[in-house]
Amino acid sequence: MSERATKASRVGAVIAVLALVAFTTMPWWGESSWMRTFVEFACLLTLAQMWNLLAGYGGVVSIGQQAFLGLGAYALFVLADHAQVNPFLCVPLAGLVAAIIAWPTAKVVFRLRGGYFAVGTWVVAEVYRLLIANASFLGGGSGKSLAAVRPFTKAVRESVTYWIALTLVVSAIAFLYLLLRSRHGLALTAIRDSERAAASQGIDVEATKLWVYIASAAGCGVAGALYYLNTVRVSPDAAFNVGWTAYIIFIVVIGGIGTIEGPILGTLIFFSLREALADYGSVYLIVLGAVAVLVMVKFPRGLWGYVQQRFDLRFFPVQRRAATGATALGARPATSGTRN
Amino acid sequence: MIGWLDTVIQGILLGGLYALFAMGLSLIFGVMRLVNIAHGDLIVLAAYLALVVVDATGLGPLNALVICVPAMFVLGYVLQRGLLNFTLGGDILPPLLVTFGLSVIIQNALLQTFSADPRALRLGGVETGSFHLGAGIAVGYFPLLVLGVAVALTGALELLFAHVPLGRAFRATSDDPEAVQLMGVNDRHVYGLAMGIALAIVAVAAVFYGIRTTFAPTDGPDRLLFAFEAVIIGGLGSFSGTLAGGIVLGVAQTIGFRLDPGWGVLTGHLAFLAVLLFKPTGLFPRTR
Repeated sequence: MSERATKASRVGAVIAVLALVAFTTMPWWGESSWMRTFVEFACLLTLAQMWNLLAGYGGVVSIGQQAFLGLGAYALFVLADHAQVNPFLCVPLAGLVAAIIAWPTAKVVFRLRGGYFAVGTWVVAEVYRLLIANASFLGGGSGKSLAAVRPFTKAVRESVTYWIALTLVVSAIAFLYLLLRSRHGLALTAIRDSERAAASQGIDVEATKLWVYIASAAGCGVAGALYYLNTVRVSPDAAFNVGWTAYIIFIVVIGGIGTIEGPILGTLIFFSLREALADYGSVYLIVLGAVAVLVMVKFPRGLWGYVQQRFDLRFFPVQRRAATGATALGARPATSGTRN
Repeated sequence: MIGWLDTVIQGILLGGLYALFAMGLSLIFGVMRLVNIAHGDLIVLAAYLALVVVDATGLGPLNALVICVPAMFVLGYVLQRGLLNFTLGGDILPPLLVTFGLSVIIQNALLQTFSADPRALRLGGVETGSFHLGAGIAVGYFPLLVLGVAVALTGALELLFAHVPLGRAFRATSDDPEAVQLMGVNDRHVYGLAMGIALAIVAVAAVFYGIRTTFAPTDGPDRLLFAFEAVIIGGLGSFSGTLAGGIVLGVAQTIGFRLDPGWGVLTGHLAFLAVLLFKPTGLFPRTR
């Protein structure tokens, strides 16, 4: 008999319930600046988890996730302003739009492998950016403002946006957790570790990768729509900026790729660094990039990977453990050689 | 009709520059399967290096190559031995992440040092000179020089790989990095030399780029994408293919630009995607 729950996961569950109550009621006791920061936090964390799902569990390294973020953002503006759909309802719909566009996109980019695939996804994101920048009804290169939120009072707009953000980030983590505990999650990690071995065990490698790519695109689409619902103004250069992918990759790698806790830790580090170095322009990006490079070379499993190894601490245990409490199996092996 | 012929000619000339962007990337793809995300930012970095050298020494931009080419070679060798060699191995994530990190670091460091204002290298008039082919078609001396250098470098690299011991070591290391060590080849040193040569070519490309147009700290990513597209359009593993890929990309962009000034870069990307869809191995794949 084996089980997956750890002491940390049980304690964590209690803390999580308390935190959820506190967070849900924030519009009644919090300040609006806190809520806006939380929305941004939730968007980045969701984007990071979606990239983590792709790269950390599926072994599919994309640097073009800004494509779906931008498409989700523009889906919100088109549906709300042009089709008169309720702007808050547009946020989940934007995920659907991103997922639908992800399917033909995947058909093209999956012709490339490995590193070539990564750059290919970036080219595709640029294609979507340039198409939208050339579409005058979307405001062209200078972008447009969201008119559909004007009928709502500031309080309603802020609270509903905040609740959507809370729902999004909780469901993204829950989705990842439940997925990874299912047989599909097992198939995914098997593909990451060896496509050939996974295929020999009867896993449909191509279908699984396509499916996870589409799921990740949907998550990015929702996050993009939510982010620009919060800022109420979008432009192609901002929404399709590769900087988004840089942030989320740094967050995931520093925090710990292939863990659910890692991106949470990484997002907290990202926000702290940005606040601490707010007076020095883009210096925080140089620091972040340098830390990410260092972590990748010296601690490829990230900060959480180190914590996990050192203290056997798991809040989101996805792997089975022997009932005797022996070390869990399935942890990501350290990668890359040590020679120079 | 003549207008379109002119567009194609200008596209071929532009393609010479793109081929130069792509040559170093093609070399490191070939030798160590490394996808260097910072390649474009290294081009921009080299252009700023040339600017600093020109300002400090009073040399012309082309003469500044005497300093820039060796400097970039050393930077490439050190970068490879000191950092990038640690990322090589079975996993695709470490090299991508580390070069992506380098890209962000270089961009923001340039931004902090030189501000976001576009800069340029000046040849003193020669860059705008041209001769007439008749029928209203003018060919610039400078773009023609760039294309000529691209063709010459392609030939030199093909010769290097085919006939020179170092080129043989490159090919052998690419085929089997374990086996070459048994033959007395130090694969880490070979990778360092490959990156050094790649960045030496980048220095040449960067000076031509800086003379042809202005450059700014955030221009790197587009240079990377153009270089990457040229390599994939041409087909992996062949420098002639990369040259041809650069020219195809240049022509696609000038045709798009002629249709609508907002479409130039877009049609280049679309040509790349079309090649992926209909001929995923590239137009001129090397058959081995």
